[in-house]
Amino acid sequence: MAEAISIRGLTKNYAGRNAVDGLDLDIHTGECFALLGPNGAGKTTTVEIAEGFRPRDAGEVRVLGVDPQGAGLHWRNRVGIVLQTTGGLDLLTPREALASTAKAYSDPRDVGDVLASVGLDDKADTRIVGLSGGQRRRLDVALGIVGRPELLFLDEPTTGFDPQARRDFWDLIRSLAAEGTTILLTTHYLDEAENLADRVGVIAAGRLLALDTPEALGGRSAVEATVSWEEDGIRRRMTTSTPTAEVARLAARMPDGEVPALTVTRPSLEDTYLAMIAPHVGNLGPDAHDAGQPRDTTEVPA
Amino acid sequence: MTAIALGLDRTVLELKMYSREKEAVFFSFLFPILLLALFSVIFSGQFGGKDTNGMTAGGYFLPGMLSAGVLLTSYQTMAMSVASERDDGTLKRLRATPMPPVAYFLGKVGLVATSSTVQVALLLLVARVFFGVHLPTTADRWAVFALVFTLGVFGGTVLGIAYSSMATSRTIGAVVIGPLLILQFISGVYIAFDSVPTWLQQIASLFPLKWIAQGMRSVFYPSSLASAEMAGSWETGRTALVLFAWAVGGLVLCVLTFKWFKRGTT
Repeated sequence: MAEAISIRGLTKNYAGRNAVDGLDLDIHTGECFALLGPNGAGKTTTVEIAEGFRPRDAGEVRVLGVDPQGAGLHWRNRVGIVLQTTGGLDLLTPREALASTAKAYSDPRDVGDVLASVGLDDKADTRIVGLSGGQRRRLDVALGIVGRPELLFLDEPTTGFDPQARRDFWDLIRSLAAEGTTILLTTHYLDEAENLADRVGVIAAGRLLALDTPEALGGRSAVEATVSWEEDGIRRRMTTSTPTAEVARLAARMPDGEVPALTVTRPSLEDTYLAMIAPHVGNLGPDAHDAGQPRDTTEVPA
Repeated sequence: MTAIALGLDRTVLELKMYSREKEAVFFSFLFPILLLALFSVIFSGQFGGKDTNGMTAGGYFLPGMLSAGVLLTSYQTMAMSVASERDDGTLKRLRATPMPPVAYFLGKVGLVATSSTVQVALLLLVARVFFGVHLPTTADRWAVFALVFTLGVFGGTVLGIAYSSMATSRTIGAVVIGPLLILQFISGVYIAFDSVPTWLQQIASLFPLKWIAQGMRSVFYPSSLASAEMAGSWETGRTALVLFAWAVGGLVLCVLTFKWFKRGTT
């Protein structure tokens, strides 16, 4: 099957520094792909080039088989973009905003269905200015999916959500993925990537550092586990490639067969990720953010 | 849907948003009507005699208020709304959809055409009913009115959209309202044009508002007052030409300078 997004040797320069520096990346049709990276890594620049919002300096980019730079309205009809929340729709209701947006697409979803799927049916006819931050974010997603896109760009979708709202949101994204929508997600939340993504890519200093499933990223599934327990009032730990056998041995040693305060851990996706980007975060001091250079900012929706 | 149908849909959406923005409704839509009422009441004692050619205060200020209304609903509304839509990402959001760009502009034109037509109708109605202003009865005067109004509104719309790029939504209020207020004072909107010093009249003549106000006076004032104009006549032909030039120039500027994304981002 053709790739939904194919990027070869992508380069974008801001003020003499390559924000994206020869990036290669393929995103398969139908997968949910999470792009991770520290602020200033080139995530937003890469995504905005793929969205057709920014020109590139070098390299090849194909999105749904089309070069997004100068792609026409026919291409826009197949792509959904969930942007940061705007205040420009404040005076409308979610139903009005969605109905108007839907009219631009050739085969839009039913507005009522979309409102229900993002859990806004009871707020459908309330002015948007009165919605909470989480409700507005869900409206942003509704606006991104109402055109029934083949490919959906999701930029830090759950920043500022409470835990329950995030779980609900993940369910929504999973249902879109189940319908066959290709999803490119950028996020700062590693648990979000772990829960949603088929594959994750880690980008730093404008290059791809790693590309794998969340479970296998950085070889963490093969890494030794840490077994930790309490004995004689002291916290003890050991690293081992055979944690099951070690736990059985410990259990046999204990008088009542129960190991006090036992934990078995492998590096979390976050541990792996932080270790991976550590060498690159050092050179990204405050002065790396040159004027005019776009940053991967973490904006908390109002 | 075709671009035209989408433009109509955008017009309805724009009108909904406009009518729900109470500040905009007050300061651009109702403002000239309130000012006309206020001036008619305040200056009623000074009009009606021989030296004012039998004109009432309402009749005297009506052309000025019509001119102010044209620029407030077209130029000021467009400059401020497009600047804030560019700043808050509304334009980027629209750009992310397959909506043909022309539909956005048709929506803006539809909004301005509707709001300014209703405003002018209200102004004329208030002037006629409450302040006894005699409206013209000849077709040629109404033809001049339609020409000045249409060219003024269209020019104001495209110039407003072009001007929106000059500032961010944070500064656009001052950048738009300040110069427009000065222009209103030197163009014969609030103060009689013949009492403005010649050099200021000449500056005002470079901008469209002076010509809109002059055109409106030619429609609503007695013919005998033409001699009080700069050129000693209404200059209807030149008025049309200047307003047409501003409209075409504004359209070109609008097309050349329009940006969907705010400066320093995309």
